[in-house]
Amino acid sequence: MLANQIGYYSLILGLISSIIIIPISLKNYPQNNETINRKIISLSFFQFFFVLVSFIGLVFSFINSDFGNETVYNNSHTTKPLFYKISGTWGNHEGSLLLWLLVLTFFIFLFLVKSKSQPKKYRILTLLFQQIIIIGFFIFVLKTSNPFNYLFPTPKEGLGLNPILQDPALAIHPPILYLGFVGSSVVFSSSLAAVVQGYISKSWANHIKIWILISWFFLTIGILLGSIWAYYELGWGGFWFWDPVENVSLMPWLSLTALLHCILVLEKKTILTSWTITLSISTFVLSVSGTFLVRSGILNSVHTFANDPERGLFILFFLFFLIFLALIVFFVFHKNGNHETVKINFLSKETSILINNWFMMYFLSVVLIGTLYPIFLEVLTNEKISVGPPFYNKLILPFLVPFLIFMTFVPYLRWIKSEYNKIKIDIILLFILSFIVSFLLFKQFGFESLMISILIPFTFYLFLITAKDLLSKNKKNFSQKVSHFGFSFLVLSILLNSIFSSEIIINLKEGETFSFQGGAIKFHSLEENNGKNYKSIIGNFEIYDDKNQSIKLMPELRIYNQPSIVTSEADIKTTLFYDKFLVMNSVKNNEYFNVRYQLKSFMIWIWISTLILALGGFLSFTKRLYEK
Amino acid sequence: MYGKKVKLRVLFLFLVITTLVLSIYLILKSLEENVVYFLSPTEIRNLAEIKEEKIRIGGMVKNQSIIINSNEINFIITDLKNEINVSYSGSIPNLFSEGKGVVAEGYLRDRNFLSATKILAKHDENYMPPEVKEALGDK
Repeated sequence: MLANQIGYYSLILGLISSIIIIPISLKNYPQNNETINRKIISLSFFQFFFVLVSFIGLVFSFINSDFGNETVYNNSHTTKPLFYKISGTWGNHEGSLLLWLLVLTFFIFLFLVKSKSQPKKYRILTLLFQQIIIIGFFIFVLKTSNPFNYLFPTPKEGLGLNPILQDPALAIHPPILYLGFVGSSVVFSSSLAAVVQGYISKSWANHIKIWILISWFFLTIGILLGSIWAYYELGWGGFWFWDPVENVSLMPWLSLTALLHCILVLEKKTILTSWTITLSISTFVLSVSGTFLVRSGILNSVHTFANDPERGLFILFFLFFLIFLALIVFFVFHKNGNHETVKINFLSKETSILINNWFMMYFLSVVLIGTLYPIFLEVLTNEKISVGPPFYNKLILPFLVPFLIFMTFVPYLRWIKSEYNKIKIDIILLFILSFIVSFLLFKQFGFESLMISILIPFTFYLFLITAKDLLSKNKKNFSQKVSHFGFSFLVLSILLNSIFSSEIIINLKEGETFSFQGGAIKFHSLEENNGKNYKSIIGNFEIYDDKNQSIKLMPELRIYNQPSIVTSEADIKTTLFYDKFLVMNSVKNNEYFNVRYQLKSFMIWIWISTLILALGGFLSFTKRLYEK
Repeated sequence: MYGKKVKLRVLFLFLVITTLVLSIYLILKSLEENVVYFLSPTEIRNLAEIKEEKIRIGGMVKNQSIIINSNEINFIITDLKNEINVSYSGSIPNLFSEGKGVVAEGYLRDRNFLSATKILAKHDENYMPPEVKEALGDK
């Protein structure tokens, strides 16, 4: 009970800090000294501290299973393992917003401490814009989603956490994703501040790049974790389903990736300023919209959880306010005059980054329209539709070909102008090699889709080129090489995965064997077992391959006691080249079990390559810290 | 007549607008071809004609309606006003059970029969499809 009260009052103190920070900052702003009033930094620290205390208060309520707290009552249970009691703190709406707020206040404090070399007015303005966002979230949390609501009389037992969320990957998925989302808020505030100050310049680009890298890194890892979770926990046996909830995390990622490339140009030349600001704004707006769409229940998605329209309305209102504010700042203060007048040659890094941005924006609009169109249609005509993978595949795959081709030579271009007479022999050799390999693959297996047959050789080529780059002795732009290699590896793994994977779905009884071309599935027996807060039924399966070698797979059904939900835990045997994936489901306590066996090629390489992609961002980030 | 800079600007603007128009046209065109309509059993009963398009049907799995054998699952989706028979072979989600909400995607054979290619169920035990909620509310 005590932890609960401390948490609540601490949260209010956090809001009060905001209200004090703003007038002090406004007073400090016109003064002509170059240092920020110490009070502001301490207050910002206290604000972070208060929210932290409040957050820890909530964690304690969860650990102690204090069911007098409504959030704990709705999302926890005494029999839940300690780890999931803690992760349950942010596994729900109220707690996850408190986490948003925690990261928001932490990041602005970090920004103030780490930006000492920047102009004072710019720092204060960034703080002010960030405080507007922070106040918005404070009001949102306190008014519509207070995590510290009382329940009286105190219930004896809680309702429990949705079992599919009781999973290690999903326990850390929200915090990591939020670091990415909220990181973009700092970029948003700082770009608005820089516009007001007329400070969009090389040194600004150099300084804000680190925040872009932080958000990009965490966003990438956050999406990866969600994807891994969906693979083994939902039993769909894939890594991406174009589900609206996935799409809303991909959209800020695409926008942020474009921004990351764009800021490289701005670091060298004062051009593309308006575009950079637009991207900074849109990344953050997309992040907030993501929260809005997921939390409001508007999305017609297979994994929307319980939700509340009033909250959605608040975020929508707040979102429009932020967009409005950003537009006003942009149009009133932004001057296009301080451009450097440089001739831009068509074969230069600047143009190629513009082309990269063009592709990113195209992919972004495909995902945006695919996700939002069903919502608009339902509002306008009451017709319900869904947009599935064929739509995305059809629109994205053809454009990947030119995109990959650009990626093979663009990193070699120089700034402003490049000569194109030095084409090296090894590049041509690699090009020929990739076509030969693809041809051999094609001859051996025969691909069904024309698009994939075209994509394969170019992907191979990009893979070889980026690998060659990565191994070269020249360590310039090393982090970029790592990321580009990771990306080409990812595309290659996805393609090979889609070509070589196969699946078998069958209903089997205990003791039955099902033979198929190239193997057999034998369902030996069932076992029962007891977990801490669930009972499990384990199936003993044996899979034979064409050489009559067998492996044992033991998928599991977990029947959770609170809430009473059945989840199925897939059993996956991972090797370097393929995953063998088996999941079973019971239907209506029938003796038949619905069994799904999948051979997924190169699954592990999809995860590893995404990690490499993210690692590039991390390296670039640490390198900059080291240089300072 | 015009400076080089102006010409470049015009060219740039022209390129941006054409690509914008083209990509939006492309996206909308494929949207038309690739959307899957979501209907309730009652709406299917009232359909003027049966098209060969893929559709989704939402509702509740009728009690005592699941029949399962080695390669097929048959069940009935109801919105408490009308019903439709579904035949399906493929993997089923955890929360698929009688009396719970379900979404089936597939092709209509006639007004009473859907041959499903995919079954989706919501990941929330308290979830009810809006159609069922409405139907329950009407009563």
